[in-house]
Amino acid sequence: MKKFIVKRLGLALVSLFLLSMTIFLLMRITGDPAVLLAEPGASAADLDAIRKQFGLDQPLWTQYASFITHLVRGDFGQSFYYRTDVFELYLSRLPASLLLASAAMTFSLLVGIPTGIIAAVRVNQWWDSAGKLFALLGLSMPSFWVGLIMILFFSVYLGWLPSSGSGTVLHLVMPAIALGWVFAATHMRLTRSSMLEVLGSEYVKLARLKGLPEALVIAKHALKNALIPVLTLAGINLVIMVNVAVVVETVFAWPGVGRLLYEGIAFRDFPVVQATILLGGVMIVVVNLLVDILYAVIDPRIRYES
Amino acid sequence: MNGSAANSRSVSAILTLPWRLAIFRSEGFPLIPISILTTVLLVAIFANALAPHNPEVGVLGDRFRPPAWEANGTVDHLLGTDHLGRDVLSRLIFGARISVIVGLLVIIVAGFVGTALGIISGYLGRWVDQIIMRLTDAWLALPVITFAIFLAAIVGPGVSNIIIILAAVYWTRYARIIRGEVLSVRERDFVRLAVVAGCSKWTIMRKHILPNVINSAIVLATLQLGQAIIAEATLSFLGVGVPPPQPAWGLMLADGKKGLMAGYWWLTVLPGSCIMLMVLSANLLGDWLRVKFDPQLRQL
Amino acid sequence: MTGPLLEIRRLSTHYVSARGARVTRAVDDVSLVLDQGQTLGIVGESGSGKTTLALTLLRLLPPAARIVSGEILFEGEDLIKKSAAEMRRIRGKRIAMILQDPMASLNPLFTVGDQVAEPIRVHEGASRGNAWTRATELLKAVRIAAPETRVREYPHQLSGGMRQRIVGAIAISCEPRVLIADEPTTSLDLTIQAQYLKLLRDLQRSHNLALIFITHNLGIVAKMCDQVAVMYAGRMVEAGPVKQIYNAPAHPYTQALLESIPRLGDSRKRLTAIDGQPPDPSAPPPGCAFHPRCPKVMDRCRSEAPPEFRVADAQTSRCWLSAPVTR
Repeated sequence: MKKFIVKRLGLALVSLFLLSMTIFLLMRITGDPAVLLAEPGASAADLDAIRKQFGLDQPLWTQYASFITHLVRGDFGQSFYYRTDVFELYLSRLPASLLLASAAMTFSLLVGIPTGIIAAVRVNQWWDSAGKLFALLGLSMPSFWVGLIMILFFSVYLGWLPSSGSGTVLHLVMPAIALGWVFAATHMRLTRSSMLEVLGSEYVKLARLKGLPEALVIAKHALKNALIPVLTLAGINLVIMVNVAVVVETVFAWPGVGRLLYEGIAFRDFPVVQATILLGGVMIVVVNLLVDILYAVIDPRIRYES
Repeated sequence: MNGSAANSRSVSAILTLPWRLAIFRSEGFPLIPISILTTVLLVAIFANALAPHNPEVGVLGDRFRPPAWEANGTVDHLLGTDHLGRDVLSRLIFGARISVIVGLLVIIVAGFVGTALGIISGYLGRWVDQIIMRLTDAWLALPVITFAIFLAAIVGPGVSNIIIILAAVYWTRYARIIRGEVLSVRERDFVRLAVVAGCSKWTIMRKHILPNVINSAIVLATLQLGQAIIAEATLSFLGVGVPPPQPAWGLMLADGKKGLMAGYWWLTVLPGSCIMLMVLSANLLGDWLRVKFDPQLRQL
Repeated sequence: MTGPLLEIRRLSTHYVSARGARVTRAVDDVSLVLDQGQTLGIVGESGSGKTTLALTLLRLLPPAARIVSGEILFEGEDLIKKSAAEMRRIRGKRIAMILQDPMASLNPLFTVGDQVAEPIRVHEGASRGNAWTRATELLKAVRIAAPETRVREYPHQLSGGMRQRIVGAIAISCEPRVLIADEPTTSLDLTIQAQYLKLLRDLQRSHNLALIFITHNLGIVAKMCDQVAVMYAGRMVEAGPVKQIYNAPAHPYTQALLESIPRLGDSRKRLTAIDGQPPDPSAPPPGCAFHPRCPKVMDRCRSEAPPEFRVADAQTSRCWLSAPVTR
């Protein structure tokens, strides 16, 4: 088990390394990094000062080393717009995004898993076709459009729900559905295919041969095995949700890190943009690692594999 | 339609006429999605002739006109006007052109690069494989939108920039899947025979491996088309995609948001419906192709 | 109890393809009889319908399959007429089955003990503790060493031979009357096969089971079975006591099967195999299904399918050669 953790940790570190290097290099290859790091409307003298400050005239390796050292210390620079430390700014907005992502994840699992199970148990019948259609629709509508349509209906026409901001549960409903919609479709599809595979397995066949009631066969033997990949995916998707929420948070003016990213783009606040992307990536790699370990805890086979 | 028959179907077989005609009569042929996609394509090509007005110029006095069938609408602007008085129908038509161009170019470029790298990585193996795979993994960790936003923030908006950015983000998906296919094709007898016969690695990759993985690439490309269109719309909506005054559907939605609270529904519902129809058709086509070409590709 | 334990009368199971266009006669007009304490071997090549026959017996067929005709009389009652709930009570409790691949048959996420105790809890309503104790005893009965520790382990921690014994333990856990073993030794090492077969025979004696052995291995049938039924293309072409049939097979297919087994001390210089391939189950040849490969084929065989003829006291053969000579 220890060996397993160490190996996964190593891979995670490699990913983080490559990620930071990618971001670092991309910034420098595609134009003048000084322009990005300077505030909008800087003069030539300002740009020179920036170059000195960030050591942009130094060899790449030195720059990268200093880049990494700053990151590890949690120093992501200062926001042009907010005039505060970017890292603190990010952390202050993170809880709101996590709240939204959790709500969206709950919605997507509540809708996706049962639909997937029914589609698998009633495969190729009415329910299955309805489920497939729903999944397809989910994947075909941009999340922000779903949000806009909901605002049109529930805020403008019906006046039931607030169209922006946060603070009450009512504020959470529409953004959570808009964000969770696409994931509900993915979770439904995965649950269905995973369930189908398990239902066709030999151990389910044997469970039936034992004379177990069908409900027990599905609930005990099939479900636990089938849900493993789904929950794994859900764990990873939670963090992905935090990242792709940028557009839903913008539509609903939800004060999370996604909205922060949008502000960074709109105000040309580059340190904010860079930090959001980097930290988002770090979160994904870390969660992937944790889910891998959790997987090993649930499924005894993996624990013993060398 | 068994798996082995489809597996050996190469590009040349796809292009033979009898097979092409037979496909129209095969079961489940997605007539509607293909019709929709063809219509969109034609609209995009003939936009100049079809659009009644200039999509980028509007008359301010005419702003926020609803579609013709509503109270304040006119036949002159069948689908209404936006906040600058620009004709919505014309903008939708020209927007189709942008969606088609961006969508097609992204999947072609990403597909090309991704397939090539996937084949190289899968066939040559060892350190080449390791490097490409580690890079792919790291890039796949970042969601499309996040990565694309970052790149857009650096290079700035613009149609060609968007195409390059999205292609740069999407190629990793191709590389992953194609590499997986190559790993199994590599072990097949006809490849081993070619190796024994002394063919160079590049010849083998080109003549033997490529035709056998191209089916997967095509299926993946069709499935990606929808995602690429949504990605472009999202970026344009956020302001880092296609720049105004170009009539990208995503931009129209961003503008439409301004009139949303006032109830100007057509500025939101119409462009979004266009996106949805096009993406839905692409997804249905991709699903059908996936089942048609090889049921084993179901994990895509 | 009078009458045989299990009697199958003219059973036919067909698979219908999606649009109803293709009908595959997986089991066609099969009849057999099994008495208490007897061992019946069902022999045939893959695709001959033997597994479908077993699944039909337990009414665990996939949705595409349909029981078209016939009766399955178990302890005098027709299983085909039973409801789903009644069948469920019979499965595992009165008729049990062992599948071929023990690794795949056991759920990897649950302990061995849990899986053995399960049918006891469901069918007999035993409490957790009781069922667990019974499970440990069952492991002992199937000769697994250190059953108290093994019972807590997971399937992947055990060897193939042990897993197959556990599957056996599950099968006898509720004291069934009939045990169906579908190729139980095929995935076991040769050295373990003999041990396992001995175990099955001992279990049969101690629990007074009727055993149905499905296999393609004639050697196992010779060792283990009292009666044998030979299947070809869904039909039963010959059936009867093992010794009788092995000494004097009536059907050309059975004859060919027996001849193809190489024997030590055989003066033949070449291995004889049966020419040709088994027929496509969805499109069998007209008349007798074996006629394209039969060395003794006659004109009549090509057009008319032979019915079952009684050849000797308890032996039947589905072949025109076995037809009684009309005077």
